Formats: sequence, C-alpha cells, structure tokens
Amino acid sequence: MMTQGIWPPVLGRFDWHALPFVRAWENPTASEIIGAGAALLVIIGAVVVVVLITRLGKWRYLWSEWLTSLDHKKIGIMYIVLAFVMLSRALIEAVLMRMQQAAAIDNPGFIAPDHFAQLFSTHGSIMIFFMAMPFLVGLINYVMPLQIGSRDVAFPLLNSISLWLTGGAAGLMMVSLVIGEFSTGGWSGYPPYTELAFSPGVGPDYWIWAVTLGSIGSTLTGINFAVTVYKMRCPGMYLMRMPLFVWTSLCTSILMIFAMPALTVATALLALDRYLGFHFFTNDLGGNMMNYANLFWLFGHPEVYILILPAFGVYSEVVSTFSTKQLYGYTSLVLATMAIALLSFTVWVHHFFTMGQNADINAVFGIATMTIGVPTGVKIYDWIWTMFRGQVRFTVPMLYSLAFMMTFVLGGFTGILLAFPPLDYLVHNTLFLVAHFHNMLIPGLLYGMLAGYHYWFPKAFGFRLNEKWGRISFACWVVGFYIAFMPLYVLGAAGVARRTQGMFDPIFRPWFYLAGVGALILLAALGALFFQLWVSIRERDANGVFAGDPWDGRGLEWSTSAPPPEYNYACIPRVHGRDPFFDAKRRDDPYVPPASYDAIELPKSSMTGPMIGVVGAATAFGLVWHMWWLTIIGVLAIIATVIARSFARHVHQIFPPDEVKRTERRWLRAVAETTPTSREVEMTSVNHGLAEVSS
Amino acid sequence: MKVSRGRPLLFAIPLLFVLSGCDVLKLSVMNHAGPIAASQSHLYVIVGIVLVFVAGPVLLLTPLIAWHYRLSNKNSAFRPNWNFSWTLEGFIWIPPIGIVIGLGFVLWHYTHTLDPYRPIASNLPALKVQAVGLDWKWLFIYPDQRIAAVNQLFIPVGRPVRISLTSGTVMQALLIPQLAGQIYAMAGMTTQLNLAASRPGVYRGENTQFNGTGFQNEKFNVIALSPSDYDRWVEHARASAHPLDAAAYAELFRKSSPPQPIVFSSVPQRLFQNILVQSQEPR
Repeated sequence: MMTQGIWPPVLGRFDWHALPFVRAWENPTASEIIGAGAALLVIIGAVVVVVLITRLGKWRYLWSEWLTSLDHKKIGIMYIVLAFVMLSRALIEAVLMRMQQAAAIDNPGFIAPDHFAQLFSTHGSIMIFFMAMPFLVGLINYVMPLQIGSRDVAFPLLNSISLWLTGGAAGLMMVSLVIGEFSTGGWSGYPPYTELAFSPGVGPDYWIWAVTLGSIGSTLTGINFAVTVYKMRCPGMYLMRMPLFVWTSLCTSILMIFAMPALTVATALLALDRYLGFHFFTNDLGGNMMNYANLFWLFGHPEVYILILPAFGVYSEVVSTFSTKQLYGYTSLVLATMAIALLSFTVWVHHFFTMGQNADINAVFGIATMTIGVPTGVKIYDWIWTMFRGQVRFTVPMLYSLAFMMTFVLGGFTGILLAFPPLDYLVHNTLFLVAHFHNMLIPGLLYGMLAGYHYWFPKAFGFRLNEKWGRISFACWVVGFYIAFMPLYVLGAAGVARRTQGMFDPIFRPWFYLAGVGALILLAALGALFFQLWVSIRERDANGVFAGDPWDGRGLEWSTSAPPPEYNYACIPRVHGRDPFFDAKRRDDPYVPPASYDAIELPKSSMTGPMIGVVGAATAFGLVWHMWWLTIIGVLAIIATVIARSFARHVHQIFPPDEVKRTERRWLRAVAETTPTSREVEMTSVNHGLAEVSS
Repeated sequence: MKVSRGRPLLFAIPLLFVLSGCDVLKLSVMNHAGPIAASQSHLYVIVGIVLVFVAGPVLLLTPLIAWHYRLSNKNSAFRPNWNFSWTLEGFIWIPPIGIVIGLGFVLWHYTHTLDPYRPIASNLPALKVQAVGLDWKWLFIYPDQRIAAVNQLFIPVGRPVRISLTSGTVMQALLIPQLAGQIYAMAGMTTQLNLAASRPGVYRGENTQFNGTGFQNEKFNVIALSPSDYDRWVEHARASAHPLDAAAYAELFRKSSPPQPIVFSSVPQRLFQNILVQSQEPR
C-alpha cells in the first residue's frame, strides 16, 4: 500500500513492518514480543514523563532553567541524567543476553539470532557512546570549572550544542527501538558486514548517524574543555597546581580532539559507501575493510583512555580526600597521565593482531601495549602510597576506589596476556576478550563515575546520598561483576566466541548459569542505586550540607555553598598551592566575606542547543529512512538557527552586586550557624557540610 | 556445632562446581594437541607466572594499607603532608620498566616463532589446505588431492598443515583452540595459518567473527588421523562420487548452515583463486 503514489517520497523506506507491534502481532514469538515490549516501554516512558511535567506545570521551568541553560553545572547534571537513562537500557539488554545464553544451550532459547545481534550492538554502542561518554563529560562539566576557580567553560553555547547533539543521538537510539531495527554489526560496525550488500536494512544507518552525531558532540566537547583548562584558570592556579581531576580532564579532552575525528571520518566513509555507492570498504571495486579497521581503532584505542582517565582523576581526588592526606607523587601522576595519553595513540593494531600483518608489526604493537602498563601501574601505587600514613575513611566513594584498584589489576593481568600476539590469537573474539574489557571498563570507568557521583552529589544538590543503600549498591556492583565476568574468562579460554546466540555443548552450562546470576546482581545494583536516590531525596532535609564541605575537601569546589550559586564564585579565588581550600581552612577562616562585590556577567539561556540537537536528530532520522525532504528541511533549519543566533544581541545576563551580596550573606550566615563535623561522624546526619579542622 | 556441620557442605558445593566446571578447559589450549598450541600454552604459563609477581603486591598492599591506616586505628602513623620519596619512586617505576623490557624480549621471540605465516619445520612436506569462509560454513579445499569438505577438516597426525584462507563473504576468523590461534579470512585477500596435530583426535574449530544470523552454527570438527587412516579417508572421499559441480557451488554460496558435513569427491581447478578474484558481493 505504501509503495505506491505519494507515499514513497514522503515515508521513504518506512512500511508497517518497521513497527515492532506489527511484527509481534503477525509473528508472536517470545523474541518479537520482547521487542514490542521494549518499544512499548519507550513509548510509555515518554508519555509518563510528558504527562507528569504537564500535571506539575513544569514545562516553562524545565525549558528556561534546564533545557536551554548554558550553566556548565546544569549541563553536567543533564549529561549524567542521560547517562543513567541509557545505562538502565543497556544493562537490561545485557541481562537479556545472558539469560538467552544460559537458556540456549542446545536449545534455541527465547531471543532470535537477529534480535540477539541487535542487543549486543545496542548494548555496546550505548555503553560506550551514550552511557560512559555522557557520564564522564557530565562529571567534568560539573566539577572541572569549579576546581579551576572559573565561572563557566570557555564556550558555554558550544557546551549546550554538544549536550544536545549527544542527546539527539541517544534519542535516535531510543527511536530505533520503536521504528525499524538497529544494526546487527556490533558496536564497532565492521564492514563489509555493515555494507549495503550484506545489511541492506535501516539498522546500520541508525548506528552510523547516532555515532556520527555523538562523535561530533564529543569533538566539540574536547575543544571546549581543553580551552577552558588552558585559558580559564583563576590566578595562582598554575598547571602544576591543578587538581589531578583537571589534569585527567585535560588529557581526555586532548584525546577527544585527536581521536574523535577518526571515528567521524570512518562512519562518514561508511555512509558514503551505503548512500552514494562509494567503495571505500566493500569487497569489490578496490574497497578494503582493513582501512576501516585501522581508522576505527585509531579512534577506538584512545577512546579507552578517554573513558578511563577521568575515572583516574576521580580516584586521585577521592583517595586523597578520604585519607586526609596530600596526594602521593603528584608529578609522577601527571607524567603518568600524559604518558598514557601519548601511548594510547601507538597501540591500536592490538585490536586486530589476527588480521595477518607480519610478526614485526605485531611485536612492536604488542610491546607498545605492555608499555602502557607501566604508567598505569605507577598510578595505582601512587594511590596506595597516598593512603600510607593517612587516616582512611571507608565512605562509598573510597570503597569504589579500593574495589577499583584490586579489580583493575586483574584486568591489567589479562591485558598483558592479550598484548602477546600469540596469546591473543587464541582468545581474540572470544568471551575472554569480553571479560577483559569489562574487567577494565567496569572498575576503570563505572566505579570511577559512581565514586564521583557519590563524592560530588552533595555539592551539586546540597544533601548527602544515603550511606546504607550506597553500600548495598556498591556490594552488588562488585560481587555482581566478579560472578558475571570471571566465568567468561573460563568460557573464552575454552573457545566460546563472543556474540554467540546459542551454544551446543552442555559442558558450558554451569558457567553461563553463574554469569547469568552475576548479571542479575548487577541489575540489582542499579536498582539499589535508584532506590538510594529516592531515599536520599526523601530524607534530604536531615542530610543537608548547604555549608558546602561535607568531606573536609581539598579543592576549590568545596569552598562554595552546596549547591553553588549560578556564578560559582562571588569573587574569583586566588590560589597558593595544590590543596587550596584544605590549606585555607588550616591557615585561617576561609569563610570571610570580601570587602566589596562586583556585578557578574554570565551567558543567558539559549534555545540554539536544543534546536540543533533535535533538528540534527530529525535530519539523521530522515537520512536513515530516506525521507529526503526531512533531511533537506533539517539541514536548512540548522543553518538558519546558526545564522539567527549570530544576530542575537542580548546574550548575557547580569547578576547585580546587591543580589550577589544577598546570596553570599545568606550562605555565610548558614555557615556560621553550622556545627563543624568531625571525620568520625561524617557519614551521619550530624554532617551539615562544615568540616571540623584539627591543627 | 550446628554451624560447623554445615560448613563442609558450604565449601564442598563451590569446590565441586569448580572441579566439574573445569572440564571446559579440555576444549582450550591447555589441552593442546599440536606443537603450535603446545608452545602457546607454554607461553601462557611463563607470562602468567611473571604477572603474578606484578599483580600480587597491589592485591596485598591495597587492603593491608587501607585497613592499617583506617581512621579508627589510633596506633598508626599520620603524616598528612608527606607526599614524595625518591626511593618509592624508584620502586614503582624501575621494576615495572624492567619487567616490560624482559617481557618485551619474550614477546618478540614468541611472536616471531609463533607467527601464523611461519612454516612448521618438518621432514614431511606440508599438507596444503585452502579454507574459504562462507555464510555460515567453512569450505576446506585440498588442492593437491583435488577434494574438498564443508565443515570438516581431516588432517594427518605429525605432518604440518599449511592453510591459506580467504572469505567468500564478509570477514571471518578461523580458530581451533587445541591446535593453533586464529586468523582472519577476508574477501579478495589471503591469509596463512600453519598448524600440526601431534596426536589423533577430534578438535573443535569455529568462526569467531560475527557474520549474521547463522553465526552460532558455524562450527566444525578437525579430525586428526594417523597417516594411513588419513590416506584411506582421501581415497574414500575421492570414491564418494559427489563432485563440487556448478549446482553444489551455487548452493555453497547460499546463506545456510549445512546440518551435516559434506565431502566433495572432486573440485574444479583453481577454485580458490577464482573465489579470491571474483566480486563477492551477493547478487
């Protein structure tokens, strides 16, 4: 019906079978019903959110205070909300895959091969591009400008555009659940499998455009953060005084600037192949997929360190704060971070030792890979020596840091095994590899982000998170990780290929059962995390830390109220050392009002970001479905938005001195009325954000 | 007393589990059946032992130091401003660098000796096999014997096997964990894999690179036979009167996983070379 008349130009490739409900109606298998259920969940979720906002009458507030905001703190929080939403989806997908594999031993299981392939493709793509990246970008966005004593990032509007490009791309991932299907080519999208000849459907196109939008957003973010660190530091904040988190943010930004374009180029060339009949990576007419593998991993390996370095920064802050001790080997840590950033560009071939290049090349890249282990090991020892002769407090962020150090070392162990080409030949593409990179990224990224979330949450929202549920969630993340992934090492060593929908040998069964239990524990961990948020919001008044310093913090970010005012600092601070606020507290009273206040100028909200993000996603949707009219309108609308923005005159808002003074006075009064807390009781409701200073 | 009676059982269950579970490692390189896999297994042990000494200190020091210097332990030293020591710097930089240099030599040596392209030294001439990755099956051509098999690779024990690989479709990867590591097979290109079996047996082989909805079915057995048994199998295959003709060839390129291995009594000349140069886009 829709292949005739005016429909093809309007609807492009769409027909009713693109809807999972129709597919499930016509072919009611468990697999299709799960697909339709997921689509229904997306729709219900969207409807509930819309109804709720309307009922509460919060549209105007949401639009003017959040969605169009250029405040780096609000943008950071929105990134992290996005990360949690996407984490939920991707974790549920992971559990489904494990359940299928546990069920599908000499049995078809309940998820069809094509559906299973979409699950592992979305799981990987989401976890990397729409969970990990937004989480770390959000954390850097919130914390880094505060730590360097700045009022915002260097390019606030660009920041909003990056957020909305990422959000638009994530939205495209969600739409692919409801309309059409996703790629089955994995998160790395290797051609020729993802070429038109082998995957003619819309799946790879969803993947291409979601990743492209996300990668453009990340490149812009990298530029923004790097310039912020270079140009926006407060007086006295020399490079070698910057908190380690700022250093790792800088290195991550540099990696983003150099690595992300390689990905954009790889996906763009693949798009040219698919849309315009180019032959960059096809089997015929001179195409060669090896070029894609090189381009993709030229991005892909630095990406690993883009993900891990910010977590290293968090651990440096957390271990030092909760040991009440200066960071051991600051210079060593900075050098190690830089060395890792540099070396991360020299090892990409280890992702395809098995592609048939000669032994010299493999050996060189294998040795380069082992070399990265040296600075990484140095960092772990630096954290151990930071605890040495300190006073260690086992708060939730500290527990994550300790779990990270012990678990990450095991991942490093298997990483060195994989760095040996002859050993890699045996376990490449197997569950051993899957276990290895989860062993790196769960402690090396997720634990770090969760540590940062618990650590800085009181700063962002003015109350501490519930300790008990934080610990329950922590225990589940750690126990769940070991039970879910240690069996995969064994299975991988026995040659079980990754991305396998079914197994035929009952000998694997106990290990898959065990891994399945682990996956369920990880799901419980996420549940506990959300429950913790709920409980914490309910008891927010008892755990308020408006004074702003719940952990006897060391950096500038703890020297403002919690949450900080929109302008961060009434007066730009001046820094005299590496732990400015910690030292200030010990030298004299850090809560002294300045002699006078000046007016503060900040960028005003702008709808440019939401426009570009939403229209960008619509443009991409048009490209996926070959609805060319939508693509043309979208591109024109983006150009029009940029032109219109360049004519906008009133792009700043002014905070007059009186208002700043009122806000500051209110906070300083609250500080004066707060009883200082000793470290022994910082995890109880006694803690209202003023640290008791001994000596 | 009640508790202590329950305890052995509590420990016995995981122990039993681990013991029964470790059966799966029979399928891994630890149960190697050829010189390449034996050497790889050996390398695992060497690197593993070195790494125990690398990871061990962190696994011990992290909990010990964190617990000893806990806030509530009033007997531990507290030096909040101590942040550097050249001696410790030496300890954390120099031994790891030394270990990496040492392992670097090991890595260089083994990467060259276990290079999949490197012929295995032997008095016997290598058996030539041409492997073609298809959706979703492997075609093994014996160019000198002029026979072929799908999803079954017969090899003689004690004689090196030299496999040339290509793909008739998307990229695939051939892995036989008990005999040798894997290598990719890519359309329009050839890669090489040298291996040998040192004892008769049946070893699992597979494609490990996802290539579509039949991926999980793309498994095969490598059957290592004594030289005389192998010769008998070749004679038997030749006598089977099931040539790889045009119809069979078209069927091979259809997306499917044959339920049973197939043996072809003869193959067209230069079959592998033709697959290599043709355009492999599906029509």
